[in-house]
Order: sequence, then structure tokens, then C-alpha cells
Amino acid sequence: MSPLRSPVTDTVGGTGPGQRVAVTLSNLCRSYGPVHALDGLTLEIAPGEFVALLGPSGCGKTTALRVLAGLEDADSGRVEVGGKDITGVPTSARDMGMVFQAYSLFPHMTARQNVEFGLQLRRIPTARRRARAAEMLDLVGLSDEAERYAHQLSGGQQQRVALARALAIEPQVLLLDEPLSALDAKVRVQLRDEIRRIQLEVGTTTLFVTHDQEEALAVADRVGVMRAGNLEQLAAPQDLYSRPATAFVADFVGLTNRLEATVEGGHAHVLGTSVPLLPGSAQRGVATVLIRPESIAVTADPAGRATVVTASFLGATGMLHAMTDSGETVVAQIDSDAVATFNPGDKVTLIPRPNPALAVVAG
Amino acid sequence: MSLRAARRRKQTIFRRVVVGLIGLFFALPLVGMVEFTTRAPGGGRTLHTWATLFDVGAIDADYPELKAGLLASAGLAVLTVAIMLVMLVPTMTWVRLRLPGLRRLVEFVCLLPLTIPAIVLVVGLAPVYAWVAYFLGESSLWLAFAYVVLVLPFAYRALDAGLSSIDVKTLAEAARSLGAGWPTVMWRIILPNVRTAVLSAAFLSVALVLGEFTIASLFSRDNLQVAINLLGKRDSSLAIAAALASLILAFIVLFAMSFVGTSRRSQRPEES
Repeated sequence: MSPLRSPVTDTVGGTGPGQRVAVTLSNLCRSYGPVHALDGLTLEIAPGEFVALLGPSGCGKTTALRVLAGLEDADSGRVEVGGKDITGVPTSARDMGMVFQAYSLFPHMTARQNVEFGLQLRRIPTARRRARAAEMLDLVGLSDEAERYAHQLSGGQQQRVALARALAIEPQVLLLDEPLSALDAKVRVQLRDEIRRIQLEVGTTTLFVTHDQEEALAVADRVGVMRAGNLEQLAAPQDLYSRPATAFVADFVGLTNRLEATVEGGHAHVLGTSVPLLPGSAQRGVATVLIRPESIAVTADPAGRATVVTASFLGATGMLHAMTDSGETVVAQIDSDAVATFNPGDKVTLIPRPNPALAVVAG
Repeated sequence: MSLRAARRRKQTIFRRVVVGLIGLFFALPLVGMVEFTTRAPGGGRTLHTWATLFDVGAIDADYPELKAGLLASAGLAVLTVAIMLVMLVPTMTWVRLRLPGLRRLVEFVCLLPLTIPAIVLVVGLAPVYAWVAYFLGESSLWLAFAYVVLVLPFAYRALDAGLSSIDVKTLAEAARSLGAGWPTVMWRIILPNVRTAVLSAAFLSVALVLGEFTIASLFSRDNLQVAINLLGKRDSSLAIAAALASLILAFIVLFAMSFVGTSRRSQRPEES
């Protein structure tokens, strides 16, 4: 990629191409009437890192991104990019590229003109602007569509152009506000992977907001799960999944069985087996232990203490729903080949695998 | 002949009859005007009146009030459109972006003039115009302030339709994130995308200003309709010809409006 040297950085005060910057959100608060969209959010993003914010509707993830972009003002708190406090800096001077959930291409401009728009504002000479736009459209695989208008492009193509437009200005930070949510499933997966490839290639510090956990886990270096305006946990996807810090994270990310257990000495006794506990778990007494479906082994056993309710074929895997004699419902992941061997009413034995699990006080 | 074909034929005839009757309703007065303006003094037909109307030199010399009225109306049309656009487009855009809760209120205020008779407006505006005349002089051009109020309902509707057809908020935010300030957002992003609506609002305003009589007459100011009215006392045939010409001009403007800014539209391609 050819660098866009001084004109861009001179104009907007950026840190320059290829230079990766850190982002720090400190104690951000933002209320809409009685609703606290952000409630003391603190988040640090390392230079060049791809962080995804994940959470249910209304958890404040989009507000956080909009505050970082300057599209919303925080009631209190601080936004720093590359060590500079930009809390009061207007959006137009923040040097951030943004891709929106809604299609945001300027309808009266071609794809090329859209990509060139930010460069025009920075007074980049025409020849360099054209070259840069061509380069960006090539990066997103749309060189042949350069002269098409937004209404002549599919949804996926429009979002690609929007990505090219955001990256063309070599932003300090790339902000992605659920850019895939309007696309159909197949295109969403394609574009998701493409965004990650491009981000790795360009190296821009990126904040990605989504409510789709698969998306977040697939592309991000770290995923932050938000709830009620604050971060519940910020961790690498694998850690988030296998070592959830709270019951909310365990419930929100992936499927989880909530099973009654007796906790003692760092272990939970559940379904007749001892399971090691994650840090932060309840220490003793009766607790609810959160166990993933793939952490439960199922064997056919006429003397078993659980009964198959359904066994479903899901393609690569299968899912078995069983009811224990004590009345708890358990979901277990099984091989797709094994689905046919289980019938409703069959007795089975459920054995938790010795993967660390989180135990929370029952209630 | 099948039942369906017979029914379709009946519907076609009904449609044509209705359209014909409506056409007749509008055409008859116009035909009457043409007939009146082409009467020759000793019987027969003549185009003398129309020739006079389009003879700039003769109008200038013999009917200076008509020329003055025409110029005043042209100036008023330009000024009214300019004030209306400068006032309404940014306001409506800003309300959509930042104050969506005020949208109904703005709509109500803009539509209000529809419900107020011109004579009531004049009564209300009279003291205001006393100050306008004191500060700005007696020029007819200042009627534009009152005309802006008159055109608000029509201009609001046209602009609202245009702004509703685009995602103003997302486009503005996208432009700002790329480094555009508010003037750039308005000039380079919003306006080009509501061009048709802006033209519609402008044309409607021009048509209304060209046809306005009550306020100008009651304020004793010059405009085309006042001039035509005065002219009617001297030369009724020329006055009718001028009225018909201004009517046709307004028709042409409105007709052109439906063609200007026709947007490019084509099918969106399938996802690939």
C-alpha cells in the first residue's frame, strides 16, 4: 500500500500511515434520561489491535463507539487516541474511519468518488487521490465496480466500498458499527473474513461493535462483553469462551448448562463428577455451575440417571437434550454420527469433562 | 366478448369521460381568455393584443406598470426562493439530525399558513411592515418576507419528501467521520441528494409568488398580479392576455418540475 504521507497527517493531525495508535476510554458515562447507556466504561485498545464489543441490545456498545468517533458526547470521562486527549475534538477532526450499520455510501457519487471524498477534503492532489482510491477498491476486490453508484451495488459491495472509503484516509482508528448486520448470512461470513484480512494487512487499530458473538469471536484479537453500560469481561475469544468471568458472560457467549452443584476446595461436584472451578467462582456450599454443552460426555446406559428428550442433527455436530432424574435439563454436544443412536426416552449417563467451569452462588 | 373484456372497456370509457370532463373544466376558462384576447374591434379575430404583450418596447413605453410588476414579481420569486431555501433546508436537516422531537412542531408551524386567510396575515403583518418600510424602504421586494410565510407549507412538504428519501443522519455522520465540516456536509452531501426536492420547493414557490395578489394589493405594493389588475382598468384585453401568459408560465414551470431531477434508478444486483 502506498503511504499517504504528509497531506493527510498534516491536515488532521494524525500520527501517520502504518503507525499504530492505542485507544483509551476512561470512565465514560453517558445517560439518555434515566437510562445509563455508559456507566463508567473503561477500555484500552493496544496499537493495531482488533477489539470487538459484544453485548445485547441497549448494553451501550454502539454508544461507546459513537463517543469514540465523536458522534456522541460523553457526560463525563475521557477519550484518548495515541496518548492525546481528544474528548472535546469534533468528529471531523478525529481522523477515524467508520463503517456504519446502515448503508452509508453517498448516493450521488460513484464508488470511486465515495472513496476519494475523504481524500478530497484533505486536499490530496487528483492523481494521488485517484491512485489511492483505485488501490483501496482493489483491496476490497471492487476495482471493476469503481464507476458504479450505490444503487447499482449489492449490500455486501456497498459495505466493502464503505470500508475502502474509511481506510482510504489512513485513519488512526477504524470503527465498525455492526457493518454486517444488514447482509445475508453467506455474505456476512465472507465480508467478516475479508474485514479481518484487510485489518491485518493494514494494521489499523480497530473497534468493532456487534451483537453477533460468532462474528466477534471469529475476527477479534480481544472481545469485550458489555452489560448495562460497562464491560463484564475483555479477553481473547478463546479465554472468553472457556474462562468466562461472570455468569452473564458464560450465558451470553455460547450455550451454557446451569446445573446445581456442591462446591468445595476449588471443585464442584456435579452430575456425580468433580469439576475444577475457574477463579472467581463460589467457594463453598450449594452453587450453580455453568458448563458448556461440549464439556459434557454422553454415553448410552440403561442404568443412567438421565433420559434423552431430543437428539438433533446440526450438520458438523449434534445436540442432545436430556432430563436428569432430579429434573434438570442438560444440553450436550455429541458427534453428528451419534445422533441416530439416541432416541427420546433412552437412558444415558452424563459426565462432565474436567474442563474448568464457573460456579456462581445459586439463586 | 368475455365479461372481463367488457368490464375493462367500460372502465376505459369511464376513465376517458372523467379525464375529458376535468380537462373541459380547466380548459373552458382558458379558451374563454384566448377568445376574448383575440377579438377584433369590428368582429373577427386578431393577434394584436398578443403581439403587443410580447413587444418589449411597446410594453415599456405604453404599459410601464406591467413591466414594473413583472420585474417585481421576478425579483420577489428569486428572493422568496432564496430565503425559503436558506431558512428551511438547514433547519429541517438539523431537526432530523439533532432534534427529531421537534419535527412535528416544525411541521405544524410550517403548515400553519395554510389555515390563515391572506387578509388575516395582512392584518398581522401590517405593523411588522411598518417597521420593514422604516428600516429597509418601500421596495416591493420586501414582500418576500411575507411570501416566505405563504410558501412554507408547500416548500416544507416538498423538502420533507426529499429528506425522507435519504438517510440524512447516516450520510451526515459518514461525511463528518471522513473530515467534513457542517457546511461541507450540507453543500456536498445533503443538497445534491435532495436536489429534486429543492427544485420542487423552488418551483412551487415561484408559481405561488407569480400568482399572489392579495397581500401585494393590500400593502399597496407592485407585483405582476397587481399590475395586471391595474392594467385591466385601461386595457382589459391586454390584462387578460398577460394573466393567461403568466398562468401558462406557471403551468410550464410546474410541468417541468415533474421532469427535472428524475433520479437514476436501476435494479440492485444480487449478492455475489
